[in-house]
Amino acid sequence: MKINCAMIGSGNIGTDLMAKLQRSDVLNPVWMVGIDPESDGLAKAKAAGLKTTSDGVDGLIPHMKEDNIQIVFDATSAYVHKENSDKVQAQDAVMIDLTPAAIGPFCVPPVNLQEHLGAQEMNVNMVTCGGQATIPMVYAVSRVQDVVYGEIVATVASKSAGPGTRKNIDEFTRTTAGAIEKVGGARKGKAIIILNPAEPPLMMRDTIHCLTETVPEEDKIRASVEEMIVEVQKYVPGYRLLHKIVFDGNRVSIFVEVEGLGDYLPKYAGNLDIMTAAASRTAEMIGEEIISGRFVPSAALATA
Amino acid sequence: MDLKGRKVILHDMCLRDGMHAKRQQITIDQMVAIATGLDEAGVPMIEVTHGDGLDGSSINYGFGLHTDEEYLSAVIPKLKNAKVSCLLVPGIGTVDQLKMAADLGISCVRVATHCTEADCGEQHIKMARNLNLDTVGFLMMAHMEAPEVILEQAQKFVSYGATCVYVTDSAGYMLPDDVRARVGLLRANLAPEIEIGFHAHNNLSVSVANSLAAVEAGANRIDGSAAGLGAGAGNTPLEAFAAVTERCGIETGVDLFKLMDVAEEIVKPIMDQPVRVDRDALTLGYAGTYSTFLLHAQRFSKLHGIPVRDLLVECGRRRTVAGQEDMIESIALDMVRERETA
Repeated sequence: MKINCAMIGSGNIGTDLMAKLQRSDVLNPVWMVGIDPESDGLAKAKAAGLKTTSDGVDGLIPHMKEDNIQIVFDATSAYVHKENSDKVQAQDAVMIDLTPAAIGPFCVPPVNLQEHLGAQEMNVNMVTCGGQATIPMVYAVSRVQDVVYGEIVATVASKSAGPGTRKNIDEFTRTTAGAIEKVGGARKGKAIIILNPAEPPLMMRDTIHCLTETVPEEDKIRASVEEMIVEVQKYVPGYRLLHKIVFDGNRVSIFVEVEGLGDYLPKYAGNLDIMTAAASRTAEMIGEEIISGRFVPSAALATA
Repeated sequence: MDLKGRKVILHDMCLRDGMHAKRQQITIDQMVAIATGLDEAGVPMIEVTHGDGLDGSSINYGFGLHTDEEYLSAVIPKLKNAKVSCLLVPGIGTVDQLKMAADLGISCVRVATHCTEADCGEQHIKMARNLNLDTVGFLMMAHMEAPEVILEQAQKFVSYGATCVYVTDSAGYMLPDDVRARVGLLRANLAPEIEIGFHAHNNLSVSVANSLAAVEAGANRIDGSAAGLGAGAGNTPLEAFAAVTERCGIETGVDLFKLMDVAEEIVKPIMDQPVRVDRDALTLGYAGTYSTFLLHAQRFSKLHGIPVRDLLVECGRRRTVAGQEDMIESIALDMVRERETA
């Protein structure tokens, strides 16, 4: 038995996510929802045998019960997420939010996925691509010693940032900064995103700066970071440290690169992969809860 | 070309771009003294923000001695005529800080993106128009793309509501013909009511000539800074450009001698190092590297033992853009590893 899923948003993220779900042992992608009948994502979904609609979320809702859709992914825009979420939850389905709207609790799998299980949440937010790539590192430092300030710089190839990402750039910085604090464990967080149009496109890279309260415990931080890298690699194999960790006074700087699997966009777009891989991993865990009967998604549980 | 009677708005950068040259450590008293001096000298517009724009205070760009809010609150009430602008770089600052700055009384915001990424500024430009601000789209590192690309991006800014677009030579790489080609194409294709500005860095020692070329090609706003205080070899020295405009009969409304006095007596004494075309600053212009990288590269050079010039040339070769200060250290670490394995 697999859990039937729908994706709202047929852009870069939605289409990459579809490829990930098609390989899942737990999830079965059934619907792809777009707003542009000409979109490449809808064409790909149709070719893959999914049901499609270009009428937005309203084209999906009437079919959710008959198709037994229990998990829906939203890869549209922070501006419309709340409305999408309300409609989907009313159909007794769980919403996995890949926009930076963040109306539900943040989920960064290697840090806090366990906490979400058993919590019966009807809306879980995946933070941002930059957040997924960096918060595990902030946490790797903060679990060793207090981090008074955590700052991340996410640099992505222009070609990997679609119109939704661009229109939501403030939501990216705000949501990521919030999650650096709430999930990463830094007392104060800041997020910066840079788009670089260089050709050939550059691989997603992220710099994580932490200021520790006391002198950094270098050996412990190195070990903690190495361990966390392995955790992330379990679902994003192309996640790696670029350099030795820099210790400069109380500054700890970690440089990582994220190579994608090349499902929809080429491998440079690791920002897509880390988001979609984190979302599908989260959905699989929720899906297993549903299969086991421990979690019965229902509109009555919806609070977000 | 006869420029007699042309009107040009001079926009001073000391208290924003100059923040880079001061490692973001200008004091409130220094800010107020410079701003009121410029106001007295008739400079119509003054930019006051962290060097990397609103909320730029960070490990990556340097923590400000004070917050943008503190600087703006101190400076704006002291000015009689000059208008204050802020820089906002989408991806660093957000509309939240823009609203804060508008509440404090700024008149103008300049939304700055890399010269191919104007659509990242849509929400900020729209908000700025809603707040009734003089709304400028600022295309950074404009030397990296052909004039046609700059035009296409400028048209995006205008479509969101910008009423002025800047060609920004962030690396101080352009020569006068590069400036004419870009500004000229914008002037020929944008509606006449859309203003065009030019922002220079003096890394190749041609900032004044470039600014003059921009005016000839149709720009009516020119950035500069008193005594040149700005990133790299500094911006167009405003007093030098003001003298040139007088010679050409361009009208700016600025009192040249008063401006010279501000540059000499208030700005020059606060410099931590001479802002000039030295080896490192020249390398920026030569390599096409973002001017703000200068002091960061010097710091990482010391920390990791890699020559500044090598770092800056490699930054240019890898086509780094504004805001990628973390890449300087990453490149230094690559070079350390190459040296270790050699």
